Amino acid sequence: MEKNGLFFPRKPFRTHGGAPVPHYKNTADLESAVMPPPPQVIIPMQQHVGAPCVPCVKVGDTVTVGQKIADSDRPVSAPIHASVSGKVSKITKVQLPGGQMVDAIVIDSDGEMRPCETIAPPECNSLEELLAAVRESGLVGLGGAGFPAAVKLRVPAGKKIDTIIVNCAECEPFITADYREAMENSWDVLSGVYALWEMLGVDRVLIAVENNKPEAIRILTDIAESDTRDPENHVRVLTLKSRYPQGAEKVLVQACTGRRIPQGGLPADVGCLVINITSVSFISRYLKTGMPLVSKRITVDGSAVTNAKNVIVPIGTPIKDVIAFCGGYSCTPGKLLMGGPMMGMSLVDDSLPVLKQNNAILAFSREDAELPEPTECIRCGRCVSACPMQLMPTAIARMVKTKNVEELQALNVMTCMECGSCAYVCPARLQLVQSMRLGKGMVRAASAKK
Amino acid sequence: MEEKLFVSPSPHLRGSDTTQKIMLDVIIALCPAAAASVVLFGWRALLLEVICIAGCVLAEFICRKVMKRSNTIGDLSAVVTGLLLAFNLPVTINPAIALIGCVVAIVVVKQMFGGIGQNFVNPALTARIVLMVSFPAAMTHWVMPFYYRTGSLSDALTTATPLALTAAGSTEDLPTVVQLFFGAYGGCVGETCSLALLIGFVYLLIRRVITPVIPLCYIGVVALFTWILGGDPLTAVLSGGLLLGAIFMATDYTTSPVTAWGKVVFGIGCGLLTVLIRRFGSLPEGVSFSILLMNILVPHIERLTRPRAFGSVRVRRKKAGAEK
Repeated sequence: MEKNGLFFPRKPFRTHGGAPVPHYKNTADLESAVMPPPPQVIIPMQQHVGAPCVPCVKVGDTVTVGQKIADSDRPVSAPIHASVSGKVSKITKVQLPGGQMVDAIVIDSDGEMRPCETIAPPECNSLEELLAAVRESGLVGLGGAGFPAAVKLRVPAGKKIDTIIVNCAECEPFITADYREAMENSWDVLSGVYALWEMLGVDRVLIAVENNKPEAIRILTDIAESDTRDPENHVRVLTLKSRYPQGAEKVLVQACTGRRIPQGGLPADVGCLVINITSVSFISRYLKTGMPLVSKRITVDGSAVTNAKNVIVPIGTPIKDVIAFCGGYSCTPGKLLMGGPMMGMSLVDDSLPVLKQNNAILAFSREDAELPEPTECIRCGRCVSACPMQLMPTAIARMVKTKNVEELQALNVMTCMECGSCAYVCPARLQLVQSMRLGKGMVRAASAKK
Repeated sequence: MEEKLFVSPSPHLRGSDTTQKIMLDVIIALCPAAAASVVLFGWRALLLEVICIAGCVLAEFICRKVMKRSNTIGDLSAVVTGLLLAFNLPVTINPAIALIGCVVAIVVVKQMFGGIGQNFVNPALTARIVLMVSFPAAMTHWVMPFYYRTGSLSDALTTATPLALTAAGSTEDLPTVVQLFFGAYGGCVGETCSLALLIGFVYLLIRRVITPVIPLCYIGVVALFTWILGGDPLTAVLSGGLLLGAIFMATDYTTSPVTAWGKVVFGIGCGLLTVLIRRFGSLPEGVSFSILLMNILVPHIERLTRPRAFGSVRVRRKKAGAEK
């Protein structure tokens, strides 16, 4: 099909760099387990990019599953719902993995999981209604970034979107949550895709899957090709190479369309909209049932977990309860990660709750957790050829040492997305991503001064 | 949770390559040439290699100790430097002179500039040049290969290198291409056997230690430029230290550009300089000097060949000034 000069690429466009990270998709073939409600959930008021929510329930209130408990009137935000039924026992402060302190609503579960009575499928006949419904669902980008989905789906004025890219690359090692979504809820995925395709009126939808998931590619292709809602096949699956970081937004848009998102720009600047596959699938379920985002499938894996598997957990479940559901720690944990090993955050303890955008909990033994001792840079240039953003990490690290802000700007340090490819390939074991972050901080501080 | 957790910035997963593994790969890649040197020049070649390696490792150890810095001989880079230095010496050299070379390479060129990754010129090459300038006679005393079959080193037949013969115009004495390929001609310990060096090249490529860009540009330009100037490209490529230099010295990480186009510029520059020195210079061989000169230019080459960051727009200096 060719329409408006658009075509479906048979193979992905070339992207620069990347790192040959191992896949470790140990949990790919395991059916997801549904976790029973924990005795208590802790629901932080910031589980998204943007303004934090304000609680709209009081201590002592009885809440039901799906009841809205916090919202914000700011444009970039997403409401938060109760994930279990029970009683609000306190409103306290928790520290998020990133370090910021936020309010959190603590709900003591009654174990019944009674759904909220007012829940009903939303009216959804126009784009405006769809956007309002998505906002009410509390959906944020489930791939890990947590950008409010309603904001993402609103096409900025003056921009035209011709391509939707559904991100099922899942290039981080260990994580299989998106893969399981594609396998277990394939029809939901496609229903969500068709809903978005219709509402946004785009010309083509590409479901991008890395080639290490042949089963998902087969199933999604079968459905996309046979579906009667789309006789002209505007929705197709594109097989990507398995090379980290294929699922990073800028890299993904380039691999799917050959277009390059400008520095500091968004996919909308090149006519694309990138959305995570689990988000799409959730939208279609929400349109059918009206149940907001109250649970999340997460991959629990790593050398310190007894039974690695995918678990569907109520949002706000403390990590230690999730680990206990997976058979507990198999040995003394040395490192606990929220997210994948390449870009995930390492946690200080396991009482933190599972967040909306969370897609994996990884626990590693002490041996696996210890960091290799960094040595001197030998200028091998591997970081330069691995950088998907075509930067020079080695040169940037040098300039960070000498605090040369001008040179850091010339080296485009702000383009770095901290994917970790440079540090992964570094034979001197340097903490290059750390240097990049320091460099970005220096540039930010310098431009704030001006 | 009683036990405390490690907290560190991402990524939490690292590849398996280390500096030590890379250096070990380079040493393995140099082994065929080392074996060839023993076949061609006898056990004395092996002795020279052992002396140079021991000298370099010891120099590094003592130097780091004196400077009160961490011991770095474990990264094996001193072994590589020692082996390369031995490859660049004639087999007849006095071991004491070789040891001076070790000290120059490790102490002066490498450690005084901050150790591995900080030297701006190749240590082994610079040491060779220092020795050439200081001991010109000892550094150009060549013997025919297989001299050990007929007698001792002292009464071995001396010879000239093919490049010296070409420079002197006595082309009838030149070794054949087959001889050049297998290394049966006078020259430095490790530079004569092209076959062994090429095996090492293939190994380095398979192990992805180096990319072929610099060697191919270098050798290609030498062949092309020699042909343009009316010489025999094949002889030019196979004789002298070109293959050793192009494969093992010009690709030295620390002293070659890290950018993709920088490598191209670097290789072409080395090639042009080599042919110019060979053809018009007073020296018969120009590989060492041309790589050294290009080493010095590396920061500038890198600055001019910076990759364009993803999604950035090329800024024209004049326009940016006009807007202000």
